[in-house]
Amino acid sequence: MSVWLTLLIALAAIAAGGWALRFAGQKLTGNKPVFRDMPYAVAFGYVLGAAVLVFAVWYFFQPTMTEQGTPVAGVMFFRWAVQAFIGFAVAAYLFRLLGRHVGTAGSRKMFRQMPLTASFGILVILIYAFLAVFAGVLAPYGQAEVFQQVNALPGGNAATGGNPDHLLGTDQIGRDLLSRLIYGAQNTVGIAFATTCLAFFLGGSLGFLAATLQGWFDQVLSRAVDVLMAIPSLIFALLLMTIASAWAGSEKWLLTVYMVIIIAVIDSTRVFRLARAVGMNIVVMDYIEAAKLRGEGLRYLIFREILPNATAPLLAEFGLRFCFVFLTIASLSFLGVGIQPPLADWGTMVRDLAQFINFAAFSPLTAALPLMAAGAIALLTVAVNFVVDWMLYRSSGLKE
Amino acid sequence: MNPVLKIILQRLALGLLTLFIVSIVIFTAVNMLPGDFAEAILGQGATPEAVDAIRRDLGLDQHPVARYLDWLAGAVQGDLGNSFAQANFASFVGADSGVRVTVAQQIAPRFANTMFLAGVTAAIAVPFAITLGILAALYRNSVFDKAANITTLTSISSPEFFLAYVLILFLAVLNPVLPSLSNIYADMGFGERLQKTLLPALTLTLVVTAHMMRMTRAAIINLLASPYIEMARLKGIKPMRVIVRHALPNALAPIINVIALNLAYLITGVVVVEVVFVYPGIGQLFVDSVKIRDIPVVQACCLIFAAAYILLNLTADILSILSNPRLRHKK
Repeated sequence: MSVWLTLLIALAAIAAGGWALRFAGQKLTGNKPVFRDMPYAVAFGYVLGAAVLVFAVWYFFQPTMTEQGTPVAGVMFFRWAVQAFIGFAVAAYLFRLLGRHVGTAGSRKMFRQMPLTASFGILVILIYAFLAVFAGVLAPYGQAEVFQQVNALPGGNAATGGNPDHLLGTDQIGRDLLSRLIYGAQNTVGIAFATTCLAFFLGGSLGFLAATLQGWFDQVLSRAVDVLMAIPSLIFALLLMTIASAWAGSEKWLLTVYMVIIIAVIDSTRVFRLARAVGMNIVVMDYIEAAKLRGEGLRYLIFREILPNATAPLLAEFGLRFCFVFLTIASLSFLGVGIQPPLADWGTMVRDLAQFINFAAFSPLTAALPLMAAGAIALLTVAVNFVVDWMLYRSSGLKE
Repeated sequence: MNPVLKIILQRLALGLLTLFIVSIVIFTAVNMLPGDFAEAILGQGATPEAVDAIRRDLGLDQHPVARYLDWLAGAVQGDLGNSFAQANFASFVGADSGVRVTVAQQIAPRFANTMFLAGVTAAIAVPFAITLGILAALYRNSVFDKAANITTLTSISSPEFFLAYVLILFLAVLNPVLPSLSNIYADMGFGERLQKTLLPALTLTLVVTAHMMRMTRAAIINLLASPYIEMARLKGIKPMRVIVRHALPNALAPIINVIALNLAYLITGVVVVEVVFVYPGIGQLFVDSVKIRDIPVVQACCLIFAAAYILLNLTADILSILSNPRLRHKK
């Protein structure tokens, strides 16, 4: 029987089940409003959800090995995904519980109102920060250390081509993958963070200056930013990286520095827009007028009057901007023009390990390697997005 | 003159002006390369005479402004110059330099492929996102709404290659229903081409759906508190009909806007996805040219990407004016 026919029959069964659920509910509860007013779509949704849940539980407990001893990759991947999901959910819940009882009154109150997604985000960000700071201590080997055995399989089982010294195996020139994954937190996240800070320093200061000075200074900068924003950022970054690679020549570290500057300048245009818009709203306030009449200088106006009142929107923008910068750097590295070796970096790792994904049916752990590096990128951006989402929700007072 | 037409013409002029300035920016950026094209073409075996000859050949001995105008005039007429890599290859195999592959010849079939990919993506993503958005607005704050919200937020914040490899793993390697490499050639039937394009299109769908779905949901929910919706509800219309017949038409402006913006986003996202699936589109060509520093191709691709981006943003702008009477009849 073909897959499509099975799916079609399952769908028909669920559709009938939805109708049966509503009918049975009406009869059994004596027409309670919940069932009486239930639209068919909602009943269908409930049954569909229940069917998916039952299927997921059944699939989860399928054997991971066939009788011949070959792994069933689909079940293994599914188990890992479910275990990771449940693990993170429990960790986020415990972390929120901890936050509710430890800390100052303010932080305890914050944790009490926090949705689970936001506490998950904060937990993940803290873990990444910890990994990035202590990468040198945590990683078993150096990031550029080359070992004898190349392409050792992950798992550490010598019988199947692994090496107990290298838990996740080694790459094509014999570098320990676990160490490189941990150092990737330091390099990829660190470089992205530095780039975002630079972008904020550039865009923020110029934006506030434009808002305070106005006149031709504002006009020139705003039009220049308009033009730069009309070019898609990844394309522009790639164009400039072509030129930078010619400038840098064979000095690889210089290319990484150029990349930081290029992405910072491209992203500072977005920061400039926001900083200018927020600054414009603040500049017209009475207290700015008063400060000007007092004879305060430009520096005082920007740092003591405008900046403190613009922190909330800028902080949310910082999170989003970090995600964009991080993804741009990862994409550039993935395309082969970003962070240069010997620095370990997740984007490059995904590119180098990508072909392993074709071995999924024989060795699921090997196929998971590129997904680990890519997932490390995805996990952090998802976490930051969850936190920013919650911050925006809180500050906008959207309560529907 | 009709005020709407006037606004549209103004926007069009502004878009053309932006494109003109962007072309200057691209040209200036490329001219910041150390050395010049002649040395880049000849590489290490450059003798002064040969460099001089190529400089004359390409017109590099002229003033930058003259060269820019020359390039722009060519670009407008569809002549984007000759590819270095192809010229190198031709001289390497000893072919006559008269049979050069122009950049336009290289780009044209790939551009069609990219448009096909974007078209398939749009055909899947737009109805899917709007349906999802309407359902999320209908069952707001339910489990379905929250699950859709979290899933789409997760998919939009993941890098494109992560989504691409997850899809490859499940749809190409573990359950081989779709091919993981999209090798598309010229005389291919529509069905086969569609099948090979489906996996990259699905990846891009995951990337762009979140934004459109969230905007549809927010735009509809924004309207639900207005008196005329209240009236419709009091008449006893079913909730689905209230949303589709009464709320959706008024929420169309922001939705159309966000769709056009996301199509513009597709153009940047397409680069990474094309590289993952080895899809023979313009993004793949762009990345390859960036790696071998084939400047005329990089320049031309960049110009095409920027033009498409500006055009789609312009469309978003004009459509939001057309669909909003308050903007159409400015006081």
